[in-house]
Amino acid sequence: MDLTTRYLGLTLNSPVVASAGPLTSKVDNIRKLEDLGAGAVVLPSLFEEQIQQEQQLIDRLATTGADSYAEALTYFPTVESYNIGPAAYLETIHQAAQAVDIPVVASLNGITDQGWVQYARQMEEAGAAAIELNIYFIPATSNVTGREVELRYISILKAVKQAVKIPVAVKLSPHFSAMANMAAQLVEAGADGLVLFNRFYQPDIDLAELTLLPNLELSTPAEIRLPLLWIGVLSGRVGASLAASTGVESSDQVIKYLLAGADVVMTTSALLKHGAGHMKVLLDGLRTWLAARDLTTLDSIRGRMSQRNIADKTAFARANYIRVLQGY
Amino acid sequence: MNSRTATMDGNTAVAYVAYRVNEVCGIFPITPSSTMAELADEWSAQGIANIWGNIPVVQEMQSEGGAAGVVHGALQAGALTTTFTASQGLLLMIPNMFKIAGELTPTVFHIAARAIATQALSIFGDHSDVMAVRSTGFAMLSSASVQEAHDSALIAQAATLQSRIPFLHFFDGFRTSHELNTLTLLSDADLRAMIDDDLVRAHRARALNPEHPFIRGTAHNTDTFFQARETVNPFYAKVPGIVQATMDAFAKLTGRQYRLFDFDGSADAERVVILMGSGAETARGTAEVLRQKGEKVGVLQVRLFRPFSAAHLLAALPLTCRAVAVIEQTKEPGASGEPLYLDVIEALAQAGSRGQRQAMPRIIGGRYGLSSKDFSPGMAKAVFDELSKPDPKNGFTVGIHDDVSHTSLEFDSNWSIEPDEVVRAVFYGLGSDGTVGANKNSVKIIAEDAGLYAQGYFVYDSHKSGAQTISHLRFGPHAIHSPYLVVSANFVACHQFHFLERQDILRLASTGATFLLNSPHGPEAVWDHLPRSVQHCIIDKKLRFFVIDASRVAQEVGLKNRSNTVLQTCFFALSGVLPRDQAITQIKRFIRKSYGGKGEQVVQRNFNAVDATLSELHEVRVPAEPSSAFERPPTVPAAAPEFVQLLTARMFEGLGDQIPVSLMPIDGTWPSGTAAWEKRNIAEEVPVWLPDLCVQCGQCSFVCPHSVIRAKYFDWSRLEGAPSSFQSAPVNARGYPGVNFSLQFYVEDCTGCALCVESCPAESAIEPGIKAINMRPKAPVVEPARMNTAFFERLPMNDRARVDFANVRGVQFLEPLFEFSGACAGCGETPYLKLLSQLFGDRMMVANATGCSSIYGANLPVTPWTKNGEGRGPAWSNSLFEDNAEFGLGFRLAASKHHEMAVSLLKSLSAELGDAFISAVLTVPQVQESEIRAQHIRVAELKTKLLKLAGRSETARDLLSVVDHLVRRSIWIVGGDGWAYDIGYGGLDHVLATGTDVNILVLDTEVYSNTGGQASKATPLGAIAKFAAAGKRVARKDLALQAIAYGNVYVAQVAMGANPQQTLQAFREAEAYQGTSLILAYSHCIAHGFDLRYGMKQQDLATASGYWPLFRYNPAMRKVGERPFRLDSPRPTVPFKDYAYNELRYQALALTRPEEAAALLRQAQTDVNEKYRIYEEFASLGSGPAPAQITTAVAKALEGSEGPH
Repeated sequence: MDLTTRYLGLTLNSPVVASAGPLTSKVDNIRKLEDLGAGAVVLPSLFEEQIQQEQQLIDRLATTGADSYAEALTYFPTVESYNIGPAAYLETIHQAAQAVDIPVVASLNGITDQGWVQYARQMEEAGAAAIELNIYFIPATSNVTGREVELRYISILKAVKQAVKIPVAVKLSPHFSAMANMAAQLVEAGADGLVLFNRFYQPDIDLAELTLLPNLELSTPAEIRLPLLWIGVLSGRVGASLAASTGVESSDQVIKYLLAGADVVMTTSALLKHGAGHMKVLLDGLRTWLAARDLTTLDSIRGRMSQRNIADKTAFARANYIRVLQGY
Repeated sequence: MNSRTATMDGNTAVAYVAYRVNEVCGIFPITPSSTMAELADEWSAQGIANIWGNIPVVQEMQSEGGAAGVVHGALQAGALTTTFTASQGLLLMIPNMFKIAGELTPTVFHIAARAIATQALSIFGDHSDVMAVRSTGFAMLSSASVQEAHDSALIAQAATLQSRIPFLHFFDGFRTSHELNTLTLLSDADLRAMIDDDLVRAHRARALNPEHPFIRGTAHNTDTFFQARETVNPFYAKVPGIVQATMDAFAKLTGRQYRLFDFDGSADAERVVILMGSGAETARGTAEVLRQKGEKVGVLQVRLFRPFSAAHLLAALPLTCRAVAVIEQTKEPGASGEPLYLDVIEALAQAGSRGQRQAMPRIIGGRYGLSSKDFSPGMAKAVFDELSKPDPKNGFTVGIHDDVSHTSLEFDSNWSIEPDEVVRAVFYGLGSDGTVGANKNSVKIIAEDAGLYAQGYFVYDSHKSGAQTISHLRFGPHAIHSPYLVVSANFVACHQFHFLERQDILRLASTGATFLLNSPHGPEAVWDHLPRSVQHCIIDKKLRFFVIDASRVAQEVGLKNRSNTVLQTCFFALSGVLPRDQAITQIKRFIRKSYGGKGEQVVQRNFNAVDATLSELHEVRVPAEPSSAFERPPTVPAAAPEFVQLLTARMFEGLGDQIPVSLMPIDGTWPSGTAAWEKRNIAEEVPVWLPDLCVQCGQCSFVCPHSVIRAKYFDWSRLEGAPSSFQSAPVNARGYPGVNFSLQFYVEDCTGCALCVESCPAESAIEPGIKAINMRPKAPVVEPARMNTAFFERLPMNDRARVDFANVRGVQFLEPLFEFSGACAGCGETPYLKLLSQLFGDRMMVANATGCSSIYGANLPVTPWTKNGEGRGPAWSNSLFEDNAEFGLGFRLAASKHHEMAVSLLKSLSAELGDAFISAVLTVPQVQESEIRAQHIRVAELKTKLLKLAGRSETARDLLSVVDHLVRRSIWIVGGDGWAYDIGYGGLDHVLATGTDVNILVLDTEVYSNTGGQASKATPLGAIAKFAAAGKRVARKDLALQAIAYGNVYVAQVAMGANPQQTLQAFREAEAYQGTSLILAYSHCIAHGFDLRYGMKQQDLATASGYWPLFRYNPAMRKVGERPFRLDSPRPTVPFKDYAYNELRYQALALTRPEEAAALLRQAQTDVNEKYRIYEEFASLGSGPAPAQITTAVAKALEGSEGPH
């Protein structure tokens, strides 16, 4: 059975991609995922903000008390250069790219224009097959308009596209007023692919301590609806690859996403929950489903249930909503 | 390789050479030489090779005595070996120095010369240390500047190899060791050219070698020792010639000519000053100015002091000389003069007696510059002037006002010889604002990029928190030979506005100088915020006055509290040393160099600070007349004791140099408790109390490192007359109706560390983040806090006999007798000392090892150990670093002896005092505090009776002299891990073995904190430290187990942040134990590299991870049939990594050598697991561990640790 997939202009052996998460931070795991059939891996995001914070912290700690007291003008031996910053991350890209044949996609979360460009370039140099821009941006102030948010995405994408030759995907927030238009803008700005969606930090409140809890829950199959909707809407309508992310627990979700039109389906939570071996479970499930229908390629199902390919075009829009309510 | 210039301090300049021409370095930290050893260790860790292409081995030892021993051994085994030291360290090397010299062994010891502790310790520079070793047989070569020290390091090395006489190469501690100056750097080719490899091989050939064995180190008898001792004479005789020849060869190579005795002055000089060290440069500059005025003067600088070559001296000293002043940075009490003076007299007398000199000049000797007392041109001129007098003073001093022995010469402190072309800048800053770091960069920028010469010297105050720094910078077109503080500045910068209210900041400003002030007030408003005297000075001296709100600019670009870059930019903009654009480019280049290793973000923020500066810099229009109605407030209140008014306050003002001899204590005895008079006001935020939330637990005051938080309970009726801001709440314990509780904060003494807030368990149920105490801006609460604490002090002190000592809550009502020290904000050591002082302070003697605790414990101007309202308090003293256990044992021996005498004398007075009274005094128990209180009262009564008898009874008089010992005395031996684990371990072990009733408290920071974080044997596996730059490869020594092995020593391991109650219990048990007690107290430290606000939490993690288990081993428990070893902390609940990687000392290795760090982390976790298992096993043993079990356990625990790296 041929599960070959095209994503971001790259040829993948399968449509299931191990998405950014702790599992993909180690080369051994990446190798294992390749053996289990993953089409590609996305490394955990390189967070520019985290690098900045670490740099500031190290600077502060290394200089606290310095040049204050005659007997102790410093408290640490001179360290020419702390290995803070992207070096370790870049090394992982390099090693992973050497170790496996499947594409190794680097993920970048920047906060400054310079950071986006500089780190993207370094990722390319380190051997990344593609870059996923994890634009993690919550417009929490009331004076930022929707248009400004959109332009920020576009501007980052353009800057990175100018800096690198490898394909660039954008991992999107679902919270755009006009998602389809936003997708089109990004593609026009050069996006080679769109990843739907990013799961934003949504804090909980600890009632005993009266503090915010920053923990992140693993995604569940119930969450596939939103990405499924937009994959279905955008499939065949934008000139870029579509990756579905969120809520993949079993091969059922993989198949649904493919039917809606996803080029690839990404999973982190299921792999974290069940281990790397779950990659094979997902792919076996897909194969079984295809085999049961005597299908031998993915092209025969990909986008079959997209808005473009189904008779009732409104099923993905308001009418769908009404039907849901009526059927409740 | 062509010569190139560089800018560095003397220590770096010397280490640069010494490292490259040696194979082994034996090291131990001591100020001000530590930097040389640190650099050697870092270079070795980085794999930097010496001139032969191999990497020198650098070995830290347990003491300077140990370093000298390892140096001696390495030399005997044929390696080129060196060491670096100063002061007490050099004294500890003396025995080996005699041996090394006696065996004609080539080596160079590099010494940053420093005062020897006498009536007091001083870390600063003079020649008393090197003069103390002049009889060892080492040649002694003196350097006067950074360049000279760099060059002489090589000359000494070449000369020692040729002469076989070991050399002491010394230069002035701090003045040269820490002065940044521009120098021409010797290349490796220069070094190769000066070192003869045949001589290196000859040294190796003389080494001990079983292939051709011999015996060295024999014992002689009366028949041969003397003759053997005289065999070395020809070698010494050759040294002057060899050194001069080496200097000549060096001159050919580099163009820099040195002589054994360098004369500079008129060929017909009549008055000559002879001296060694950096003062020679000052004297030379002064003489030059005097010569320009027609005076016939000269300076003779001594470089080779031993062997002393009279011939070379006589050749250098003009025959026209009729008056000589020999001035020295040392004092030899009781001698007829200092050493160089006597040598000069002898040389001239011999020359006269041999007819080589027709007339004997008048020769006087004097002292200057003890403990880095600045030696200014005005002082040098005073010496020349003295020589003009018909009867010049011999044995004079210059630089002080000696109104007791009248030795001092008058001098003009404002007399300046500096040309106008030299930019002279003085910067007043805080240690924490980065002023010094920025100025160091400025010096390098100007020297390296503008082709100018530059000098930087930095003066620090004696506090470890909130310390003031004064930077003295000079820039000019010619090499700068001015090793003295700027006295006439054409640029003065005050980086902290509040300094204007404390000191005369403009004292050093010359007429027409530029004054830059970091001010929260803008150019229009600032004038009205200046004290009247400051306004006067600005007008009178016609200063150009500029302001910038640098703190705000820094804050806005994300550089909180680091205004250095902003103010550095202002300096370049205003001083005109460099064209503005060039200066900004270079500042940015240095920012990248300084901060590049810490990441792009840090660099960018500093760049932004530079760019944001100039538009915020404003010139102030100076009015014609002063207008302020306010003046600088008095330094101390009028109520302060006379001693504080006369001495302490002047030191606060930075005017300690002006205090005359007559006011100084004669024998190093200073009054207790003067820290309370120094209201430093260094915190920006201070704790503020919410009584309604407070549970009155006492945790906050327990952990407060500066004894700022005090509690009392009192009858509510006493609230009458309380200030409206005075807060209190009903005591929340049962049984105290009508009694209130108040917590007060001495906010002017607070360092703002916030340990108290982090330790407060009482959180609001409805307001997130609000506790019973919270950090709030200080400004609004200062005035109310002053009134509140004044009222609080009038409330009666709680009766110690009624306070429950057994729990933390009770301890808060005990008056701390250790307060307001200059320790670091958030210090992990001082809470333990405060606790000691609360529990036992009124009957306690403290022997304190040199280190952090001796410095914040007694570094002038203030003394934090204080006394209570009855006049009682800790009697504290510091002897040395290495002998503290022995010193404290001496306390006990004396106390026991005098107790015994007192008992005996008291018994003999039964007729006069009555048996019942005597029996009461001698037989009552003194265990509980109530019993101690009762005994204090009885002894007071006894004293009254004895005073009545004293007139007629010698016995009564004798008893009065020892009667205080009838109150049980508590002897505490206190010090850090550097003392306990390393340099003082031999003594400590011996004291443990005596079983004597002393209590030993080790404030264990796991590094030599006071000297900047060098590794000790307490430094843990996997942490970096100086001297362990590549990470410590062996586990820390388990001192507790070693002590437990004696079987009769009380041993406790405590961590206040993990379990304050256990700490309290251990302190009380240790004190009560009738034998030797040892407490190892985990002390978080600035050298661990984390925010000390979380110090107590980090202590908790240390215990929770099992790294620092809490336990008590109490041999007394055996007698009552209980287990002596009690493990007080539970099994580890978090991995070691969760504790360790909060700290830079561990993280640094992970960020530089990740694979090694990971391996060491694994090993450390294994060690932690194994250690805990051992302790659990001990805890399960009914009779406690036997010595053999401990030995086995320790050996097993250390399995797998690598050997020394």
